[in-house]
Amino acid sequence: MAMDRTTLVAEVEKAFGARITEKDLAGFEPFLRCEPATWPELARFLKERCGLDMLCCLTGVDRGKGQGLEAIYNVEACDAKRCGISIRIRVPLDNPVIPSVEKVWQTADWHERECWDLVGIRFEGHHNLVRILCAEDWEGHPLRKDYKSPDRYHGIKNNVV
Amino acid sequence: MSSDSATTAVNAGDLRTEEMLLNMGPQHPATHGVLRVMVRTDGEVVLDCEPHVGYLHRCFEKHCESVTTLQSVLYTDRLDYLTAMGNNWGFCMAVEKLWGPELVIPERAEYIRVICQELNRIASHLLAIGTYGMDVGAITPFLYCFREREKILTIFEHICGQRLNYNYIRPGGVAYDIDDAMLGMIRDFCAYFGPKVDEYDDLLSTNDIFVHRTAHVGVLPVKTAIDYGCTGPVLRGSGVARDLRKDQPYGIYERFQFNVPVGTGERGTLGDCFDRYMVRVREMRESLRIVEQAVKGIPGGEIRSTKIKGKIRPPKGEAYTRIENSRGELGFYVVSEGKEVLYRVKCRAPSFHNISVLPAISRGAMVADLIAIIGSMDIVLGEVDR
Amino acid sequence: MADIHDQEFGLGDGATQDGILLTRVDQLINWTRKSSVWPMTFGLACCAIEMMATGASSYDIDRFGSGPFRATPRQADLMIVAGTVSHKMAPRVKRLYDQMPEPKFVMAMGACTVSGGPYIKHGYHVLKGVDRIVPVDVYVPGCPPRPEALLEGLFRIQEKMERERLLDKTRCGARPKVLVE
Repeated sequence: MAMDRTTLVAEVEKAFGARITEKDLAGFEPFLRCEPATWPELARFLKERCGLDMLCCLTGVDRGKGQGLEAIYNVEACDAKRCGISIRIRVPLDNPVIPSVEKVWQTADWHERECWDLVGIRFEGHHNLVRILCAEDWEGHPLRKDYKSPDRYHGIKNNVV
Repeated sequence: MSSDSATTAVNAGDLRTEEMLLNMGPQHPATHGVLRVMVRTDGEVVLDCEPHVGYLHRCFEKHCESVTTLQSVLYTDRLDYLTAMGNNWGFCMAVEKLWGPELVIPERAEYIRVICQELNRIASHLLAIGTYGMDVGAITPFLYCFREREKILTIFEHICGQRLNYNYIRPGGVAYDIDDAMLGMIRDFCAYFGPKVDEYDDLLSTNDIFVHRTAHVGVLPVKTAIDYGCTGPVLRGSGVARDLRKDQPYGIYERFQFNVPVGTGERGTLGDCFDRYMVRVREMRESLRIVEQAVKGIPGGEIRSTKIKGKIRPPKGEAYTRIENSRGELGFYVVSEGKEVLYRVKCRAPSFHNISVLPAISRGAMVADLIAIIGSMDIVLGEVDR
Repeated sequence: MADIHDQEFGLGDGATQDGILLTRVDQLINWTRKSSVWPMTFGLACCAIEMMATGASSYDIDRFGSGPFRATPRQADLMIVAGTVSHKMAPRVKRLYDQMPEPKFVMAMGACTVSGGPYIKHGYHVLKGVDRIVPVDVYVPGCPPRPEALLEGLFRIQEKMERERLLDKTRCGARPKVLVE
């Protein structure tokens, strides 16, 4: 059981070695980076071996300038005195696919749907990857940096200013 | 389905009615806003249900990357509009974190933040309890709770000029100072409200009908709660004492004495609707204790950090902070590029998680109990849909 | 007959000592109508909380004959659109309006329903004013409006009801029958 962040990261590194492609523990938000293919295994490891049983937040970011999209997972333990870690996964804009972890943390179900809806990252293996916030027939992913709000929606003028 | 003899089992099988798909909401008096639940029922029994959200999607995250940081505070008000102070604080804390430890919030501002947040928590729980009573058929507590809530809103109106969406806590401090007359009002309120909590507790918690409607209903096991990321009174109702004010004290919370009430299953099963309700009642008392201590200890001095002046340009970086709002853990992930406008803001809303657990705990319940379960979750659609 | 606005109950001064009341049918019906406005329970967002506060203690909307918030549109006279209407919600709002029996009145409560409010520029998913889908009788500005403002809005609706003509199908003269879309 990893207690503080250093031990946690050491344990993850021991198990995954070079598959953790980047490590930054100095910033405000310490993170590890991995490839999409590693993620389901890493997620299971974090939950079962490190006791991080809560997926607190899943942020999708469009990094812009040809840097693709990024998913940031904040994984925590229910015992809030313990440290969590954030995992970043970067995917290209033309093929943004990350394996789903809804089987690891149930809450990932809605989070991944939201991330697909707003940022447009496709989560492979999700049982029901449909829009959650926007209307079903909405077009585009609003939080992409190149998104343009539709002029009309169902005949109703949308951009008025 | 349990049965004593084989005959009843056969009969029960025969009595199974045709399944019905029932659409509840988005306009429904008991869904607390524009929640839509698709319910598959067998007679009066809920076989399965699926919440559909998004009917109040107000593009919060898009606004944060389109308007300046200071203007974004205004939009955080409208997430969880029952605890707008908490939203302001959560967002400001995330932005303040980008400056690092060199940014120190003045003592007085920290005290004011705590006072406002805890008063707001009381107001929010009052509304939760009042409307919950109404959901299960008791109108009177609603009227009483709103009367007390108005008193808190009057105090807020004196402090910042708004009744609901305060826009009061700003990066680096608070917007306006509070004077002795306002502190006097808060002191008066504390003296007045203490006995009132007991009165309402008596009115509803010991009401036989209320207990029957809520005990043993919608039992949320701890494992499910954690798996779905539930926090706040919903998780504490299941007996887990997770409270960020205690576990990861932010602001100046480590200075105050208070307990973290958890569900005990006193009237039914651990983690049922009654436990979640009871946690809220007890939290009001604890919040009142914090307010009393804070009013006593509030120092003089500045209310805004001198480090943040004029246009707010958060330094380049990324930060994730969480606070304990009245509905649970409210997190903000902020990405800044050193400009006036933030690059990306993500809000981790407690209600979003709390309502996602609904299908898991309402299978097998009666349709009428579904209302009690939704009410006990105390969701605010503003932050579910953002 | 005196002007109805001068009278407390708007029934005219036709009462005689023998218990006979002389008034116009219009006035009688409008008086009953405005004295029992049943709004629909239709909370969308922040404004709904202020609407609840208006109905609860301290403000007590029942004093003005408008207490019973109905859960179904079929029993309601007044739709208070309280809160932001999103594009996803808009068809539902329209359907609820269509389900209300005539005569029906709509109040746009709060900046969001008046024009889109704070969401007017960047709110890609927000309807910019509820008057794009249903005809609105009274606009109540504010974010959210105070309960007093909502009560004032109700009084304006009641004034409008007083001016109704029973046989005039266009009602109040200027009310559009065709929806603005």
